[in-house]
Amino acid sequence: MDIIYILIPLALMVLVVAIYFFFWAVNSDQFDDVDGPAYHIIIDDKRNDSNN
Amino acid sequence: MILIINFFLKKYMNTINKTDNVIYNYKVIKQFAIMTVIWGIVGMTVGVFISLELVWPDLNNNIPWLSYGRLRPLHTNAVIFAFGGSALMATSLYVVQRTSQVALISDKLASFVFWGWQLIILSAAITLPLGYTTSKEYAELEWPIAIFIAIVWVCYAILYFGTLAKRKIAHIYVANWFYGAFIITVALLHVVNHLSLPVSFLKSYSIYSGAVDAMVQWWYGHNAVGFLLTAGFLGMMYYFVPIQVERPVYSYRLSIVHFWSLIGIYMWAGAHHLHYSALPDWVQSLGMVFSLMLLAPSWGGMINGVMTFSGAWYKLKTDPILRFFVLCLTFYGMSTFEGSFMAIKTVNSLSHNTDWTIAHVHSGALGWVSMISIGSLYVLIPRIFNKKEMYSVSMINIHFWLATTGTILYVFAMWVSGIMQGLMWRAIDDDGTLTYAFIEVVIASHPFYVIRAVGGILFLSGMLIMLFNVLMTIKTRKVVFYDAASKGVIA
Repeated sequence: MDIIYILIPLALMVLVVAIYFFFWAVNSDQFDDVDGPAYHIIIDDKRNDSNN
Repeated sequence: MILIINFFLKKYMNTINKTDNVIYNYKVIKQFAIMTVIWGIVGMTVGVFISLELVWPDLNNNIPWLSYGRLRPLHTNAVIFAFGGSALMATSLYVVQRTSQVALISDKLASFVFWGWQLIILSAAITLPLGYTTSKEYAELEWPIAIFIAIVWVCYAILYFGTLAKRKIAHIYVANWFYGAFIITVALLHVVNHLSLPVSFLKSYSIYSGAVDAMVQWWYGHNAVGFLLTAGFLGMMYYFVPIQVERPVYSYRLSIVHFWSLIGIYMWAGAHHLHYSALPDWVQSLGMVFSLMLLAPSWGGMINGVMTFSGAWYKLKTDPILRFFVLCLTFYGMSTFEGSFMAIKTVNSLSHNTDWTIAHVHSGALGWVSMISIGSLYVLIPRIFNKKEMYSVSMINIHFWLATTGTILYVFAMWVSGIMQGLMWRAIDDDGTLTYAFIEVVIASHPFYVIRAVGGILFLSGMLIMLFNVLMTIKTRKVVFYDAASKGVIA
C-alpha cells in the first residue's frame, strides 16, 4: 500500500493549492460583495432582451 | 450523419456575437452544444442496446464487437466524456465569456479543442468495440489516445483560464470556480491514473499493480465523479438555474461555502469503492468517514439551488425547463444522500456488486447530470443561435415527462433488483450453506432488467425529440430577435 504515501501528499498538495487560491480570493476582494454578483449575471442576460 | 451536422453548422452558424462592444466566440459553443445532443443520443443508444443484451443474452449474435463487455465501456465513455464532456465544454466556455465580459483568448485554440475532443470520441468508438482497453473503469482508452486527451485538455485549460485571466469584471462568478476546479482536477486525475508502460501501439500496462492499482483507480474514479460529474455540473447549475428562474441564486454566500467545502472533502472519499477488499481497513474507514462528511456540502448546494425557486414556484406551471432544473436538483440531493449512505461499510456489505450501485449511478447520471445538461441546453441554444425561445415548448414538456418516467422506471427497477440480489446472496440455510445458487439470483433479476430497458428507451426517445426541437430552433426563421446586435445577421 505504498501508493498512499503518494496519494495522500498529492491530495494534501491539492488542498494547499486550494487554500492558496482561497487566500488569494479573500485578499483580492473577491468575497467583499456577496450579493451583487448573483444579480449581475441576470442583468447581463436581460440586457439582451431589452434591446429587442 | 457528420455531413448533415456539418451542413447545419455551416448554414446556420454566424461565428461571432456582439453585445456591448464585446464580440463573443459563440461558434465553439454552438458546435459543442449540438454535439452534446448527438453524443447523448449515441451514448444512450449503446446503453439501451446493452440493457437489451442483459434481457436477451444472445443479442450480440456471436459478433465479438457487439458483446456486452466491449460495448459497456463504449456506453460509459460516450455518455460521460462525449455527452457530459461536450455539455461541460459548451456551457463553461459560454459562462466564462459572459461572466468575464470578454471573448475567448483564441478562436483557433477553441477550434482545436472542439475537433480534438471529437477525434478522441471517434477513436474511442473504434478502439473500444475492437477490444483495445486498459481495463481500468472510465479510463479504458489506450495510451496514444490518453496522451492526446491530456494535450486537448491542457489546451482547454489554457483557453478557459486565459479567458478568465483577462476578464473585465473583477469578481469571478461562483460558477467559474466550479468549472475551474473541474478542469484542474480532471487533468491531475487523468495523468496520475493513466501512468503506464506501453508494450505495443495499442497495448499498455499500468505501472501500478494489485491493491495499489485498485486504490489509484478508485481515487481516480471517485474524483472523476466528484469533479467532472459533480463540480462541473454544479457550475452549470449556478449559472443556468438563476438565469431561467430570473432570480439570483438563493444565497451567494452559501454557494462560496459550498464550493470550498466540496473541494476540500471530495478528494478523500474514493476508498469507499473498495470496502471489504485487500485495501487496509483504516483506509476503508477513512474513505467512509469522508464520504459521510460530503453530505453537508452536497445538501448545502442542493438546498441553495432549490431555494432559488423561492417566490417563483408558479413558473413551474408554464416552464418545462424549470421542471428539468427542479427535478435534477432533487435527484442531486437524493443521489448524494444515497452515496454517503452506501459508503457506510454495513450498508455497503449489502449493496456492493449488486444492481443497487447501478441504480445509484443512474439516479446521478440520468436524474442529475443529464437533466441539468438538458435544461441548460434548452436555456443556452436560443441564446447562442439568436432565437427568442426554443422552437416548441410543448416538445420540451414531452421530453421532460419521458425523461422523468424513464429515470424513475430505471432507478426503481435497479433498486429493487439490487436489494433483492444482496439479500439473496447473503441468505444462509440452518446448516450454513447458501440458500440460493447464483443462477437463481440472475433469474430473479430478469424482470427488472426488462423494466430497466423500457426506462432507458423512454429516456432515449426524449433525447430524439430534443434533437428535432434543437434542429428546428436553429432552422426556424421566425422570432429571431434575441440579441439585437446580430439581428441583421440571421433574420
